[in-house]
Amino acid sequence: MSWFKRIKSGITTETHEKKETPEGLWYRCPSCKSIIPSKEHSDNSWVCVKCGYHERIGSQEYFEIIFDDNTYEEINANLTSADPLEFVDTKKYHERLVESQQKTGLKDAIRTVTGTCNGLPLTVACMDFRFIGGSMGSVMGEKIARAIDYSIKHKTPFMIISKSGGARMMEAAFSLMQMAKTSAKLTQLSAAKLPYISLLTDPTTGGVTASFAMLGDLNIAEPGALIGFAGPRVVKETIGKDLPKGFQTSEFVLDHGFLDFIVVRQELKAKLAQVLAFMKN
Amino acid sequence: MSSILLDFEKPLEELHEQLMKAKQIQEKGKVNVNTVIKELESKIEKTRKDLYSNLSAWQRVQLSRHPERPYTLDYINAITEGNFLELFGDRQVKDDKAMIGGFGSINGETVMFVGQQKGNNTKARQFRNFGMPNPEGYRKALRLFKLAEKFNKPIITLIDTPGAFPGLEAEERGQGEAIARNLYEMSILKVPVICIIIGEGASGGALGIGIGDKVLMLENTWYSVISPESCSSILWRNWDNKERAADALKLTSLDMSELKLIDGIISEPVGGAHSNHPEIFESVKREIIKHLAVLTKMDPEMRVQQRLEKFCSMGVYKEE
Repeated sequence: MSWFKRIKSGITTETHEKKETPEGLWYRCPSCKSIIPSKEHSDNSWVCVKCGYHERIGSQEYFEIIFDDNTYEEINANLTSADPLEFVDTKKYHERLVESQQKTGLKDAIRTVTGTCNGLPLTVACMDFRFIGGSMGSVMGEKIARAIDYSIKHKTPFMIISKSGGARMMEAAFSLMQMAKTSAKLTQLSAAKLPYISLLTDPTTGGVTASFAMLGDLNIAEPGALIGFAGPRVVKETIGKDLPKGFQTSEFVLDHGFLDFIVVRQELKAKLAQVLAFMKN
Repeated sequence: MSSILLDFEKPLEELHEQLMKAKQIQEKGKVNVNTVIKELESKIEKTRKDLYSNLSAWQRVQLSRHPERPYTLDYINAITEGNFLELFGDRQVKDDKAMIGGFGSINGETVMFVGQQKGNNTKARQFRNFGMPNPEGYRKALRLFKLAEKFNKPIITLIDTPGAFPGLEAEERGQGEAIARNLYEMSILKVPVICIIIGEGASGGALGIGIGDKVLMLENTWYSVISPESCSSILWRNWDNKERAADALKLTSLDMSELKLIDGIISEPVGGAHSNHPEIFESVKREIIKHLAVLTKMDPEMRVQQRLEKFCSMGVYKEE
């Protein structure tokens, strides 16, 4: 005998009466699977309060973290890719760009802005991984170049926040030459004795690692980020065996001497302010 | 005449066989086939010219990898007539056999040569790591660049690599940093720098010694952000589209020159660089001498300024 008896069968709530759970009220950590209220998660700089996992965030979130009163001004916002090679793979590059622009509301994979961090001026270039994997094409190269010009003109320190798979294949040799262009441009910033801080976040690989991301006066990284030249899959294929645990993580790269320090995102602004104060001329 | 024919050279194979047979008959001396031999020879020449006058991007990629193509040390030994002193080591970890360099003399003038080195048999290929440098290779290159700068000697780099080595130790020792450092330092070297792609110019591995006042490509070489095979496997998930990828990447010397990403093309003999080594050595030497004559006369600061401006102007974008 059961304890109770069903009188009506099936779901009786009408579809139009169904109560939806509001979108985005909860964040589910992909690392520890904890469910955390979104507000609590964003208040903690999008770092999991339970396990410290750093969620991949976009330029808007980084700017919010870094700049005083979330106030900053975007420069050269209207640069877009011109598809110089009329590249077609499974899709036309031109169409891929339009789709990405519509999906993300961004013009390309990087935004350059200027503002103050703890009262000190700072120019920042920050990538958006959502836009074709944060890949570097002509627009990224040119925006970085112009942001460096801006830094030199206004005598501000410069920071790049990298989050990219590397060069953008659909711009082929043009992408490759952006490595040369950005590195060449950094020599001018250096000649002006202005600090350049490179923040490497998850992931930073390929042509970005092999150019400006590794050329900071300070190279710093978020914990647990994938940082490397060749991707882990390629390295695995090359050596023909499994990769050691922790290979190509921030901690690994720090250990091998290519980073100055690792900073958790909640402390990013404070650390940055400290660095800027120390390096102030 | 090369003993190894590429797939697109198949029409030549039959003609070569016919020619061989005709020559055998001639040797036996019973029948006079002189006219036949002459006809065949001119036909071979014509077929070859036709084949080579209309090469596809993929065919040029194949030529750039031809096993009989001269490699970096072949060029250096020919150009310096043996007056070359190879220097080893990065002074930090080890000597990278995939990257060679040293002082050499061209017509009595000292220059610093640096380039990736491939091997021409299985053992040598392994020894040279297939022309794929580790970080120490790029750091050795940088050491030699600085040495050249100190003694005011021009730098010639010869580029021929399928890419920087994607190995475990390469990552541990900072492959990315090593290449990045070279890009930075090469753009402000005070001496003239000429970079010549003599075979494969694959991505960052090539660019890591590729920042020069003049960047030149031999006619049948390629230079891009990725090899056509890898591009195909990423974009189409297989290698079958390598020919399409080669076209799409616009990676030939002609494309690169048209896109204004290089400063010039060095013509190869009909049949490719491998079909006539002395001729290609002579062409490369002539080009180096021609460009050095102009570059060495320039004011060093002006030269660096122009180099920086050249690379900083690369890129195509729209501004709304």
